[in-house]
Amino acid sequence: MGRLVLAQGEEFNPPGVRDFFLPPIFGAVTKPMVLVVLSVIIIAGFFLLATRNMKIVPSKFQFAAESVYDFGRNSIAREQIGSKDFRPFVPLILTLFTFILVNNIFGVIPVIQFPTFSHIAFPLALAVLVVYPVYHFVGFRRHGFKGYLKNQLFPAGAPKAVYLLLTPIEFFQKFFMNPITLAVRVFGAMFAGHLILLVFTLGGEFLLLHADWPLKPVSIISWVFAIAMTFLEAFIQVLQAYIFALLSAVYIGQALASDH
Amino acid sequence: MNLTAELILAEGELNPVLPHTSEIILGIVAFLLLLFVISKFVAPRFEKLYAERTEKIEGGIKKAEQAQADAEAALQQYQAQLAEARAESARIRDDARAEAEQIKEELRAQAQEEAARIVAQGEARLAAQRAQIVAELRADLGRQAVALAGRIVGESLEDEARRRGTVDRFLSELDSVSAPANK
Repeated sequence: MGRLVLAQGEEFNPPGVRDFFLPPIFGAVTKPMVLVVLSVIIIAGFFLLATRNMKIVPSKFQFAAESVYDFGRNSIAREQIGSKDFRPFVPLILTLFTFILVNNIFGVIPVIQFPTFSHIAFPLALAVLVVYPVYHFVGFRRHGFKGYLKNQLFPAGAPKAVYLLLTPIEFFQKFFMNPITLAVRVFGAMFAGHLILLVFTLGGEFLLLHADWPLKPVSIISWVFAIAMTFLEAFIQVLQAYIFALLSAVYIGQALASDH
Repeated sequence: MNLTAELILAEGELNPVLPHTSEIILGIVAFLLLLFVISKFVAPRFEKLYAERTEKIEGGIKKAEQAQADAEAALQQYQAQLAEARAESARIRDDARAEAEQIKEELRAQAQEEAARIVAQGEARLAAQRAQIVAELRADLGRQAVALAGRIVGESLEDEARRRGTVDRFLSELDSVSAPANK
């Protein structure tokens, strides 16, 4: 079998990490950089255009924008932070959701076909430099330094002895793991998803071009899988954007809550 | 050999878990820019619209409630007026009935009076006629009786009778005797 495939002397080069680091387009500007800027332009343009001339009775376009806004506002921010405090965080949650959503969806848009968040720098920047400081800041401001630490590290209702174990875990989780897992979750999903699509697509291509005749039709199976995985990928991309925004709201809600 | 080393080197450089500083900076700047646009322009517009919408709906509800209250008041007024009109008509009817009763009573009294008057008149006339007839008959009877007596006696008793008034006396006695029996 191996001999059959390799009969023409070509070797299949499986896609790997280097496929995520394509050479710069010009100067030091790489594809994900362009895509991030593009996503900002798309989202800002969409919302500014949709909200330019708003009517009580919305047009279709305005209604679409309202649906997105309502999703971030009601389904994520209000649900998780609580109807008392959620208002100031709506722009943050909405921006997180739309920014990650568009950058993820780039992965399945033809020609673009690159999920920006498969470069860990972007999710890490959002999680560690935006979400992490925000939720701790609002927590400290709401409860004071000691009150917040007590709230976060000594959850009410546990027996005294349990705190020996619980407090270090809570500290580790709240101050180290949360931002990192938040970033790694979306990064991992995007990275793996893109890799899977590359494997099926390039594998099919290789089979068609370089394999022997009996094996050429197998490339069709490979591409069918690539298409199926594209749909799955699209779903995962939306889901990951939702999860990122949702967890950010959850952390903010936990930081603000008096006890949990 | 050389190729493998290069590959390993390249793989080492391209560690996907190590973030690139330039991308971190770009990512954060892009995100903050978008956050600025959304929190400065987009979110306030949506919130303003929602506030307007809420107000409009609440205003509509208030207006509808007002209209309903107005209608209720008008209905009450009409019902009051209707009740008043009904009471008035009933009163008028009662008055009319009472008046009719009165008129009927008056007419009846009048008629009875008239009838009594007529009866009295008739009776008076009858009495007068009777008296007249009685007087006539009495005169006639006296004359006849005297004439008959004279014829039997054979002489004229007329002057004698007139002189003495016997016949009249006799008839008076007769009257006083028969009168209690007549009664």
